[in-house]
Amino acid sequence: MSRSKHRLFAVLSLLAIASMALTACGGGAPATAAPTKPPVSAKLEFFSWWTAGGEAEGLNGMYDVFKAKNAGVEIVNATVAGGAGTNAKAVLATRLTGGDPPDSFQVHAGLEVQKYSPEQYLEPLDTLYASEGWEKVFPKDLLTLLKYQGHYWSVPVNIHRSNVLWYNKKALADNGLKAPATFADFFAAADALKAKGIFPLVMGTKDGWEAGHVFEDVLAGTLGADGYRGLWTGATPWTDAKVTQALENFKKMLSYVNEDHAALTWDGAGEYLINGKGAMMIMGDWTAGWFASKKYADYGWAPPPGTTGIFVALSDSFALPKGAKNHDNALAWLKVSGSKDGQEAFNPKKGSICARTDCNNSAFKSVPETYDYLTSAAQDWSKDSIVPSVMHGAAAFESWATEYKDIIALFVKSGDVAATQTALQKACVTAGICK
Amino acid sequence: MRRLTRDRLVSILLILPSVLCILIFVYGFIGFTVFSSLTKWNDLVPDFTPVGFTNYERLFENQRFQIDLSNTVTFTVLFLIATLVLGFVLAVLLDQRIKAEGLFRSIYLFPMAISFIVTGVVWRWLLAPGTEATGAAGVNLLLENLGLGFLKSGWYTDPDIGIKAVVIAATWQMAGYTMALYLAGLRAIPDELREAARVDGASEIQIYRHILIPLLQPITLSAIIILGHISLKIFDLVVAMTGPGTGFSTDVPALFMFDTTFRGNRFAQGSSIAVVLLLMVAVLVVPYLIYNARREVER
Repeated sequence: MSRSKHRLFAVLSLLAIASMALTACGGGAPATAAPTKPPVSAKLEFFSWWTAGGEAEGLNGMYDVFKAKNAGVEIVNATVAGGAGTNAKAVLATRLTGGDPPDSFQVHAGLEVQKYSPEQYLEPLDTLYASEGWEKVFPKDLLTLLKYQGHYWSVPVNIHRSNVLWYNKKALADNGLKAPATFADFFAAADALKAKGIFPLVMGTKDGWEAGHVFEDVLAGTLGADGYRGLWTGATPWTDAKVTQALENFKKMLSYVNEDHAALTWDGAGEYLINGKGAMMIMGDWTAGWFASKKYADYGWAPPPGTTGIFVALSDSFALPKGAKNHDNALAWLKVSGSKDGQEAFNPKKGSICARTDCNNSAFKSVPETYDYLTSAAQDWSKDSIVPSVMHGAAAFESWATEYKDIIALFVKSGDVAATQTALQKACVTAGICK
Repeated sequence: MRRLTRDRLVSILLILPSVLCILIFVYGFIGFTVFSSLTKWNDLVPDFTPVGFTNYERLFENQRFQIDLSNTVTFTVLFLIATLVLGFVLAVLLDQRIKAEGLFRSIYLFPMAISFIVTGVVWRWLLAPGTEATGAAGVNLLLENLGLGFLKSGWYTDPDIGIKAVVIAATWQMAGYTMALYLAGLRAIPDELREAARVDGASEIQIYRHILIPLLQPITLSAIIILGHISLKIFDLVVAMTGPGTGFSTDVPALFMFDTTFRGNRFAQGSSIAVVLLLMVAVLVVPYLIYNARREVER
């Protein structure tokens, strides 16, 4: 081989190496050309996991109100489907830390906001609350719930109730029973139903959170509003005898549950209630919308045992990340979210009630199937004592709520009251609330 | 030391990019994971205050993690036994010089070409016990129609079966692959050995037991290593098929890690799970690598 060919070979191989280096590491190479930015005011990107059914319709209703007030702003509906928001939350965390936040996003009102390190990634909304007068229209208990480290971080758009006991009217009436108001009543009714071969309480525990949901209502029913609230602030110790009592109550309730609960989701279990093989079910008020979708109307509702006068609440709210690209539009969006018009457009379709206390009942007539339930819930909302739901992000940090959920999911299988209470206490210590 | 010739230089330059990438993206990240598992970074905002082994202590106290470990052991043991036995039997059957061997080989191998996600979704449907509204479904429906209704079960939804139902799906996917390994092994054994044994009066069973199976030992070892590391870090199949299950009866450490890290934003805690996972796989794989390296040297 001649010398020049040698040199050519060397050059070629170097080129090859360079290109390999580029391709081998190519995955992480950032795009060099900066994208040309659109005019600042043209867009609003809203991030949520509301992709289907009433949720998406409600959101569209609110979009319409926004568009009417902010002509020319294009809404980018950034949704991530699946897993009741768990997938979306993972994506959102990446976007926040990566400096590419959406303009506004969905978060459960309450301590769930801690998960997003608000002092670092979110903008406090105190001035917005003041200028819109929201401190006057949202109930005081809700405002307390929304404040984290002395600031408001999100705007609540709706309220769901966790503690609802749904029942098949016929199943109870046929056996001469009423909706039970106390645990004693409940167990008496359950025995009567069991003797007839009806599942007294139907439950699905397949997805892991349903048992935690029922147990928070049992806790509220056994400890009362203040005792329950104290569990999450450290005022009520988890070692309290009443917590033992709540676990015993729950364990006894589980003995009246359909045996195949492990194979069913909550709505799968709800089929038993609809066809009369089951009598009662404790589940959040999205159940009303589900009943409507099943064309089932012969149901009644009441607060679960011991929770008369208590409203275990959860709420969806919208937050404003720091560095939102369309900051002004995001503020306009939040104003709509907290407004009477916005909430009246959103909630009837979503199947929830307004976070504001001044919504008109007539707005809910647009969805007649759930009108009766929602108006009765709205009435309770304005007078009951409001306590936060743990299973739906209001009462505790998400890491603590997750631990709570896991402990109760294990309790369903083990039934070990003492070990479960120890574990619950330990979770509270880990969360830094108990000592 | 050999002199640095131009050829040598070119060859070093040629492998340099991939070596660098592996150093950074594999070993560097492993190092970072170990480092972060020893910090306080249990939030969105990184916090690299060292806390020693606190995350590990909390991990091993965690009931969910204890269940995960026992699930992993159950899964790995059952999965290895089932795939090895089934794979071997299929290989022996195919080794009988049957007609259309190629067709059967492809049929058995096909499941391996499918992603675990697809397998998971399909088996979730097949093993779904059915609901009140729909009646029995999938395998249960089949059993019912065959008059074997007493065999119906909740499958993966029954906490007492749990992870064992996932073994069925995993075995379905990987048995064909094990068959291919064994078949190659059987074909590599010279016919003379069998002939000689037959001449000496050995029965077919004796031939398998004393000649073929011992000769297939290296294949079995490779199969255990390959299948074992898949099963120790199984994630996609479980996610698609069952999720954590009732009382975590189908939960595995990888799933717990995902939940902790990306849903709970507890990065240090998640890293500690990842490190434990890495160690478990290392316990299986490293002795094999050492053993292999020694053999290479001997040659």
